[in-house]
Amino acid sequence: MNTGFCPLAALRAGERGRVQPSSDDHPAHQHLWALGLLPGTEVKVVQVAPLGDPMELEFNGMHLSLRKADASSLQVERLA
Amino acid sequence: MPAPRELRVALVGNPNTGKTTLFNRLTGSRQKIGNYPGVTVEKKYGTWECGGRTVTLVDLPGTYSLAASSPDERVALDFLTGHLAGEPKPDAVICVVNTSNVVRNLFLASQVADLGLPLVIALNMADAAEKADIHVDAALLSRRLGVPVVRTVATKGEGMVALEAAVNEAVDERALMAQVPWPEAVDHAVQHLGEGLAAAGAQDLAPGEVRRVLFDRESAVLERSGWPRGADSAPLLSAARDILSSAGLHPASAEALLRYEHLGHVTANAVSFPERRRRTWTETIDAVLTHRVWGLAIFLGMMLVVFQSIYTWAAPFMAAIEMAVAAVQEFVAPHFAAWPALQSLVVDGVVGGAGGVVIFLPQILILFFFIALLEDTGYMARGAFLMDKMFGWCGLNGKSFVPMLSSYACAIPGLLATRTIEDPRARLTTILIAPLMSCSARLPVYTLMIGAFIEPTYGAMIAGLTLFAVHLVGLAVAVPVAWGMNKFVLRTRPLPFLLEMPPYRRPRLRDILWRMWERAREFLVRAGTVIVAMTIIIWALVYFPRPASVREGIEAEASGLFEPADLERKIDAAYIEQSYLARAGRAVQPVFAPAGFDWKITVGVLASFPAREVIIATLGTIYGVGSEVDEESQDLRSMLGRDRWADGPRAGQPVFNVPVALALMVFFALCLQCGATVAVMAKESNWGWAVFAFAYMTALAWFGAVLTYQLGMRWLGV
Repeated sequence: MNTGFCPLAALRAGERGRVQPSSDDHPAHQHLWALGLLPGTEVKVVQVAPLGDPMELEFNGMHLSLRKADASSLQVERLA
Repeated sequence: MPAPRELRVALVGNPNTGKTTLFNRLTGSRQKIGNYPGVTVEKKYGTWECGGRTVTLVDLPGTYSLAASSPDERVALDFLTGHLAGEPKPDAVICVVNTSNVVRNLFLASQVADLGLPLVIALNMADAAEKADIHVDAALLSRRLGVPVVRTVATKGEGMVALEAAVNEAVDERALMAQVPWPEAVDHAVQHLGEGLAAAGAQDLAPGEVRRVLFDRESAVLERSGWPRGADSAPLLSAARDILSSAGLHPASAEALLRYEHLGHVTANAVSFPERRRRTWTETIDAVLTHRVWGLAIFLGMMLVVFQSIYTWAAPFMAAIEMAVAAVQEFVAPHFAAWPALQSLVVDGVVGGAGGVVIFLPQILILFFFIALLEDTGYMARGAFLMDKMFGWCGLNGKSFVPMLSSYACAIPGLLATRTIEDPRARLTTILIAPLMSCSARLPVYTLMIGAFIEPTYGAMIAGLTLFAVHLVGLAVAVPVAWGMNKFVLRTRPLPFLLEMPPYRRPRLRDILWRMWERAREFLVRAGTVIVAMTIIIWALVYFPRPASVREGIEAEASGLFEPADLERKIDAAYIEQSYLARAGRAVQPVFAPAGFDWKITVGVLASFPAREVIIATLGTIYGVGSEVDEESQDLRSMLGRDRWADGPRAGQPVFNVPVALALMVFFALCLQCGATVAVMAKESNWGWAVFAFAYMTALAWFGAVLTYQLGMRWLGV
């Protein structure tokens, strides 16, 4: 499996990543941070919806559906 | 100072914490629903007898944060800071926490704590957490936070007595939750910002609110305080945020990072999770329910059941209501025989109008049974997850599906169902396009026109296809309309579509019945009055003026030539022909001439604005076959077929031909001819949007009808 950094939206179902600090000012960020999807948090892509969007994420025991457009605003380190 | 005997307590919490169940449990039937002024956020409050005190309990909207980026969050923040008109600051706050996810839920509690209000933490849904082997040490948490922490299971009523004691304790001892130990830079930045804002004339900003201004991307607090948005506040804000940056804190994420770090310390050793994570029931069920084939198939199957239930199963109940209304009308009528105008007002206006309200109840009750079931089990979020891609691109979201589908039966329950859409912009867009879905009240017009003009000419096959196509006209128009609304009309910033997918839960009949009753009652009280008023106005336009000379003239001329019943029909036709509505129809007819409508069709169209199905009865009256005809009536069909233009460019030609029939169907498919829908739209958004929807749909309907008629005349070679 390839490691390294990629947008959260690029992870496939079953893959995990660690959220990286981000300096850009995306409107979804404050919402995601409030939910605890902070830099350093480990996140798993549970599945992608049958029509290709949105994706179901799991982090800190929460399951969250997030559109890929918003998920691509977060960089993650891909975890093996 | 003696403690007050009457308190105001606010209930806050994230979505999916069982907050509303707790509210219902505490207040029982002593609750009221309204709207906060100026916004479409629902206001729920009730009375709670709390250990010797009478508490007004206010159920604030479920939010994850007080960042005030959505109307829900803004109402919660303004309420807690006492800045909502007519709403004094609460004496205490109960923060409802989902015990399975304490840390994330305490984020909101720590924001509330900033506002300096006595606080109680309710660790709700404790049974589900314990089942999943998640344990919380309430006593330890209470010591560390400095506020009462109570274990509750609202669905079973556990912990309610302890909650009463905790609220009384929090008020009496002013229990304030331990604040986040903010780094010096944050305090410094807040002080700098607070002084700058005060100097610039911003009013009533508590330190907690100044902190919100500092952290939030675009704070609604500034707007409220009378401080000009945008350019003028920018230098002060960026100066304050620079203080954070120079201390190594990223201004946008500082709040979340610091709060979560603090909450990590507070909950350390107080919350324990199972050693090995087991596969949960929810994951097993989701493997099927969100499966790419089975998931979609099951979803569509379930939606078919929902649709069938409001389209078909509601019908016998609606028929029963119609019969009951007719019986009441028959019963009252003789009592007013001496005053014909009053009789007509009471029978057709008041009783008919009230019947026109009650008739919606079966569909509303049935739909809300399903909606409550879908939401309480957690399935609604899965449905939205499956459907979001189809709706997202034109400004709607996955939760628009149920309201739009319901609108195919009737827009009234459909509009009420938009309450399930949290995002205000997607909700408004859904409200604006829902009435374009072809509701069941349009079916009589389609049946009459297709039966009279399409089927005889083209056969049953084409007739069936026409019926199908005309049902799709509204949907086909709705998609570009939604897209255009989002692009050009709605100016508010869209919110990201974040949707929590909660664990599946067993629904409780009691909560479901409560939701059904709540919606039905609200519809009757709030929309019902407007609908009755509109019915009476239209009644007056059809009834007046009513000079006795019209009746006398016909009786003198034709009495003896007709049966008494036929004579009455002739008189009714003559009266409607000279009513205010018909005069308006004649005056407006040139506008509809490009669509091929004569004055009689125009009167039928105008009379149908309060309720589209009225066109059948109106045409029946105008054509002298009686108002009691239905769309299957052969008499009416042959009268329509025989009618010829008396004058004008088409003198001698039939009034009705295939292009006219198609144009009339398209007009009805696109037009907002339903007073009840307009009234409910106004209640669910505001009168401005209701008028806007009425105007755009009427314009669309006119263009659609003209286009259909003109193309039809050209291509069909009539």
